[in-house]
Amino acid sequence: MRLLRCASLLVLGVLFLVLGPGPTAAQESPYFVTYDHYLEEPGNLEVAYFSTFGTQRGGNNFHSYWAEFEYGATAWWTTEFYLDGQTTFHDSTVFSGFKWENRFRPLQREHWINPILYVEYEDLNGTDKTLKEIVGHDVEADSLDANAEARREHEREIELKLILSSTLKGWNLSENIIAAKNLANEPWEFGYALGASRPLGLKAAAKRCSLCRQNFVAGLEMYGGLGDRYSFGLKDTSHYLAPALAWNLPSGWTLRLSPGFGLNDHSHRLLLRWGVSREISGFGGMVRRMFGAKS
Amino acid sequence: MKPVFCSLLLLCASFLAVTAALANEQKNAKWRADVYAELGKAPEKARNRLNPLENDPDAAAAGRLLFEDHCAECHGEQAEGGKKAPSLRAPEVQNAEPGAIFWVLSNGVVRKGMPVWSRLPEPQRWQLVRYLKSLGIAEPASSAREAAAKP
Repeated sequence: MRLLRCASLLVLGVLFLVLGPGPTAAQESPYFVTYDHYLEEPGNLEVAYFSTFGTQRGGNNFHSYWAEFEYGATAWWTTEFYLDGQTTFHDSTVFSGFKWENRFRPLQREHWINPILYVEYEDLNGTDKTLKEIVGHDVEADSLDANAEARREHEREIELKLILSSTLKGWNLSENIIAAKNLANEPWEFGYALGASRPLGLKAAAKRCSLCRQNFVAGLEMYGGLGDRYSFGLKDTSHYLAPALAWNLPSGWTLRLSPGFGLNDHSHRLLLRWGVSREISGFGGMVRRMFGAKS
Repeated sequence: MKPVFCSLLLLCASFLAVTAALANEQKNAKWRADVYAELGKAPEKARNRLNPLENDPDAAAAGRLLFEDHCAECHGEQAEGGKKAPSLRAPEVQNAEPGAIFWVLSNGVVRKGMPVWSRLPEPQRWQLVRYLKSLGIAEPASSAREAAAKP
């Protein structure tokens, strides 16, 4: 019976994605790495797929990807589950592990700067190349190992972020301060991510349109490592600058594109990222009804 | 003896069901009142703000599309209210100043389940306010149902 329910849930999820419950246009930011202070709406599920193509000096280029399931548990708590994988050209395709993150909004109202607390647990092997966060002394040379060798390494990590974000005259400015700790007795590592973005049009059009300016959000991200507890600073760290664009379609789909450029010799020269996401509104209520709750 | 016992049992069950329904209705009424009370918490400066798009002929139409995209899921297709969010056609909302509605939209009522909508640029929030004010007062869905049920 439980199997049947799970199977029907899966089928329903796929149908929801393909047919859609009606237009629910998302208003997503273009960021890939930086977080702003907006959480998922309560009861909504966002399903997303993201890719990163990375160049590798002295080794094979790679294509990493992750699936993301973001659920708005309440208006002040969003929980998210990730599945990561990658393909290294002329090598192999591997599953790299999973992550589970939670974001909490401690303040009830909007302020000049809005803090969000972020806690993530990661269970990854050494092949992970999503580069969704750059911390400590993460450098390009870390990705040189062949997959067969790298997958023997196993990391369980806790990651904390303080997300600070402001919105002013259509602009969003976000700053993320990152602290990550490998649970296998390694020092705390630090990193940062900064982002600025703005919709191309601030007023909404009076008719539905895909190419209206308000559907496009352009931005710029900068992110990198800040060393660790014993060697804090910019020495032997990598940094990236990445313009980003999001296209929020009236059908509820969002497309994102961001070419990221390495800023020093420790960085990959190019990280080309793209992604597609779809918001399923009322997902929580649908699941509750499936398991017997009254509508 | 058996029919008497069954009748008593039925009576107790009915009493419990009615009490639970009344308690639930009271809880819902309190929740609605708490959400509406947020409008009164808007600072004076925010309340006194005028809608810059008040005379924009397209504002209400654009606001309607924004409402369908972001609000109808919880507040209902006609803003009549739903299980997750109260009616926006209640006198508490319709008689409120546009600035107060804008303030609640921008700040959300996070602890009561309404997210912050400052994600939408200011002009879009004003378009939403313009649309909401154009709807006018209507009976909340629950009252209409009660009225219809009366003989």
